[in-house]
Amino acid sequence: MMSWIREWLWLIPLAPLAAAGLLALTPRAGRRRAAWLGIGSLSVATVLSWAAFFGAWPGAGGAGREVNFTWLTFGRTPLELGWVLDPLTGAMLAMVSTVALLIFVYSLGDMRADPNFTRFFCFLSFFAGSMLGLVMANSLLWLFMCWELVGLASYLLIGFWFEKPAAAAAAKKAFLVTRIGDLGLLLGLIYLYTETGTLLCYDEGRGCLEAAALAGLVERVSVGGITVATAISLLIFCGAIGKSGQVPLHVWLPDAMEGPTPVSALIHAATMVAAGVFLVARVYPLMDADVAGEPGLSAALQGVAWVGAVTAVMAAAIAAAQFDLKRILAYSTVSQLGYMMMALGVGGYAVGMFHLIAHAFFKALLFLGAGSAIHGCHHERDIRRMGGLRRWMPVTFAAHAVGMMALAGVPLFFCGFWSKDGILHAAWGWPVSRLPFLLGLAGVGLTAFYMMRQMAMVYGGEYRGGQLKKEIHESPAVMRVPMVILAVAVVLLSVVGTPAWPWLEEFLEGREAAVRAGDLFEHETLWIMGASALVMGAGLVAGWRLYGRRPQRRADAPDPLRMAQPAVFSLLEQRLRFDEVYEATVVRSAAWAAEAWDWLEREVWQGLMQWAGYGALAAGWLSRLSDEYLVNPAFDGGCEGVRGCGRGMSGWHGGRLRIYLRVVAAGMAAMAVWLTWG
Amino acid sequence: MAGHELTWLTMAPLLGAAVVACLPRSQEARARPIGLSAAGIALAWALGLALRFQDLPGYQFVERLSWIPYLGVEYHLGVDGLGLAMALLTGFVMLLALMVSRTGLERPRLYYALFLLLEAGLMGTFTALNFFHWFLCWELSLIPAFFLIRLWGGPMRGSVSTGFFLYTLAGSVAMLLAFQVLFLATGTFDLPGLARLSQEGGVTARLSEYFGWPEGVSRRVLGWVGAGVFLGLAVKVPLMPLHGWLPGAYAEAPTAVTMVLTGVMSKMGLYGFLRIMGPIFADAMRGAWGMLMVLAVVTVVGSAAAAWAQKDLKRLLAYSSINHLGYCLLGIFAALQCGSESARQAALGGVILQMFNHGINAATLFGLVALVERRSGGLRDLDDFGGLRKAAPVFCGVMGMAVFASLGLPGLNGFPGEFLIFTGVFAAAPWAAVASVLGLLLTAVFLLGLMQRMFHGPLPGRWSGWTDLSPREWAMMIPSLGLMLVLGVYPQALLGIVNAAVVELAAVWAP
Repeated sequence: MMSWIREWLWLIPLAPLAAAGLLALTPRAGRRRAAWLGIGSLSVATVLSWAAFFGAWPGAGGAGREVNFTWLTFGRTPLELGWVLDPLTGAMLAMVSTVALLIFVYSLGDMRADPNFTRFFCFLSFFAGSMLGLVMANSLLWLFMCWELVGLASYLLIGFWFEKPAAAAAAKKAFLVTRIGDLGLLLGLIYLYTETGTLLCYDEGRGCLEAAALAGLVERVSVGGITVATAISLLIFCGAIGKSGQVPLHVWLPDAMEGPTPVSALIHAATMVAAGVFLVARVYPLMDADVAGEPGLSAALQGVAWVGAVTAVMAAAIAAAQFDLKRILAYSTVSQLGYMMMALGVGGYAVGMFHLIAHAFFKALLFLGAGSAIHGCHHERDIRRMGGLRRWMPVTFAAHAVGMMALAGVPLFFCGFWSKDGILHAAWGWPVSRLPFLLGLAGVGLTAFYMMRQMAMVYGGEYRGGQLKKEIHESPAVMRVPMVILAVAVVLLSVVGTPAWPWLEEFLEGREAAVRAGDLFEHETLWIMGASALVMGAGLVAGWRLYGRRPQRRADAPDPLRMAQPAVFSLLEQRLRFDEVYEATVVRSAAWAAEAWDWLEREVWQGLMQWAGYGALAAGWLSRLSDEYLVNPAFDGGCEGVRGCGRGMSGWHGGRLRIYLRVVAAGMAAMAVWLTWG
Repeated sequence: MAGHELTWLTMAPLLGAAVVACLPRSQEARARPIGLSAAGIALAWALGLALRFQDLPGYQFVERLSWIPYLGVEYHLGVDGLGLAMALLTGFVMLLALMVSRTGLERPRLYYALFLLLEAGLMGTFTALNFFHWFLCWELSLIPAFFLIRLWGGPMRGSVSTGFFLYTLAGSVAMLLAFQVLFLATGTFDLPGLARLSQEGGVTARLSEYFGWPEGVSRRVLGWVGAGVFLGLAVKVPLMPLHGWLPGAYAEAPTAVTMVLTGVMSKMGLYGFLRIMGPIFADAMRGAWGMLMVLAVVTVVGSAAAAWAQKDLKRLLAYSSINHLGYCLLGIFAALQCGSESARQAALGGVILQMFNHGINAATLFGLVALVERRSGGLRDLDDFGGLRKAAPVFCGVMGMAVFASLGLPGLNGFPGEFLIFTGVFAAAPWAAVASVLGLLLTAVFLLGLMQRMFHGPLPGRWSGWTDLSPREWAMMIPSLGLMLVLGVYPQALLGIVNAAVVELAAVWAP
């Protein structure tokens, strides 16, 4: 059953990509066509994606989940690409296409007034196609190619309003910072290819993620005594760090908020930034490969866990001191991606992916809510100049509130609670250290706090934006409906992720799920749920006490947290000064090196050329002078004929290349004659 | 014409040059259409050959006549996949460059005649299999290039063209001397013959026999002979630190000529490495392998760093060009020490892909610069521009595509070659691959910086009248853009022609 979809999987990315190609050639006025093409092609892809999802059902398909083909042959060696339909791909396809479709529809409203509407749908379709291609890759090379293409889409869409210098700079920064990680990934892939001779993940036992290859990788030792498997895993993880905004390469993601809100929702919250997590999940057998053979304890996964845990807490703390509505959410995304990484690192593969999917829905919802609020407030993004919006925008408020509760992890009815709980549970069971668990728990409190702060400042209290009050309006239905659908999905998704019936997790691990109501009441599960609920509640209460109970009346009133902890707050407000430190160290020294090299170019290498030119001229003159003043007088007394000769010779050395050429030619001719007949 | 296909490949532009040169002054306006048609015919001819070409080992369309028997000089032509790919590239870039050339030049007859003469020289270089003939064409291409820079170049053309001439001439002289030594010992100028002899280890033996040296001395002498050839080729590519002539020459040459310099003439050096240096002097190069690898890495990273510091659009792209050719050199050198056959094939296959694709991309980029100059009245400092995307979105899109192809975005043609090269390099010298990756990053830095400074931000008032690509210009760019996309998605289109050559080269490169 459903095996046809495996053969036709390539249609899923192709449909949006073809639409993007057509839209690239569509003139600016073809707005209606852009909307139809973009949404139509993505609808096709969505339907097929769900078919793929059901096709990936455990037990649905037969053997051989992958389809491989030769992309190119160099010399006699074929280089293969391919796609795979396993539960991971199925779930990602369904999630990406569904969220993308909702956001495409939302964009109809949000971008309605933009003069480059057509171009927007072109880029967005290009992104959707590339992202769908990424998640179905069976070849890591294919994955890398799509990985770069989504990076390009991200670059184009962050810089969509290219006339704004900030947007243009942010686009460049995003591309370059992620590229730093990508180069690690590229090296990792090449290393892997060199070691195993293939980049296909699964290939009937010959793939690089299959037992035979992994056994070899674990045995061999690389630089510094680590195994080859660890070295490759860490290099690949570099790519994930860049794409998923993990410390220390997270600096691009908040700046990426310069792009239109639907872009932030789709690319920089729900899908592309999660690609790093997906990558780790995709190569999980490699990451997990270790000499000891125990799952979840390899050196590479330990690195993943620590990076994730640190990111989760740090970004949550920074989010608590931001004022830009979208930047708060961006740091929140960074933090949540940290949770996912942590989950994968501590061995909770399925729960990490569950959080990825849950996060995609609720963070997309939050961004759409934020976009709707920003849209209603005439593109005001500073939460200090918002306030009281619940009165004018009830639907947006309700949707945003659902997203907020899911993100904060309000118990029982929101998927964020179950997925985050699963992560904490997995972290608790990590034998290496309990610190990630504690960091994760602290992050829960911070998350609840900053979300409460945001809600209170945007929707609570009185409007602080001044004159525009009368014009605040709820968004049109085309923007409201996707929000409502996402809100419903966020609630429904929690059904399939509870410990009592962890359907999604079992699905991702390729098993049939069974109802195990007893698991819900296990001692450990219960106390972790209780603890996280408690910490979350504390965060919410703290947020409410500071921002909700006595709402601020003026936009320029100081932040209550700043009054309490000025030093800490301003450090967080300045985002721990990562950008400044990078600017002062990496960027400046690199620019200095470039200048130094340029100096070397100008003064030495091109100077050398100048001197060679002068030298040639000088040689010409010298020979002329010596002819005139040394050679000629010496012969003067002798022979008139020889003197004539000398004068003739001197004429050849005028420093004129034409004559040199003639001499060279004549010389060669003479030589040829001599060699032929001499 | 049957049996003389390759002769006609060279003759088409040569005859065109003769016709243009003989035009009376009153018919000056005809120079451009005649020039374009001759270049078009050459390209069509090359394409026709490509259709008949089969991806098999050995040379095809071979012509072999005795020329100067006493000197071992033969009129020996033939192409393998490499030569054919280069001939196709020459045909394509030449036509594009002629189309981009300004109308209303001074002395158009001379300009178009020199251009076609240059094309004839290049076609000859890529098809000749006898050193004498090859060298003649090699030098023949140098002279028109020199005059094109000298007569139609920018304000610094004098010193720059002299430098260009001196550097390349010095290299050529070294190469000529080296081959004379070889000729004395072996009695042949035949390149395939010399290659075969060298792989059998016969060249050293012949040197000993002829000069009466012990074998160790002969081997050392052969090393020095190889160094002479190396010098001639490395100047042309160029390999740092032999590149002093390049940035100035690229910047001061008329932009259409720059397209040829970077698109095709830089490939002459690489072609020489693949056709002559490797097959005859592989062991000699292996003797200096570590140093060569270091120089190639320095070329890759240093040129990228230098490009970052440039403000002049043409100088920036000139360094970018050095950077991209640096990957080719890296691949060629690395393959010398690749133990596995498949890694060598990756490196050398990647090199050939990169040669072709860089030719397309660099020529297109410089072609776009020519269109920029036409609109800006010759201004091309990055700081002179900004926000042009608003006035010229299509222009920006085309430029963007060329830039992303150049920085190796997958899906466009820059990527497959670079990926294969890095695969081969990593197998031989992981440290070199790791260090060169820095070049990939810096390339992105300066190319995106270029896009940002030229096209993004607010549009300054002085450029509010900036016109977008005209339909004619757009049509001119479409073939390049199409090639970027097709060869990015389906590189097999090119690999299918060159694979037999790659297999043969990889066998020659075996340590």
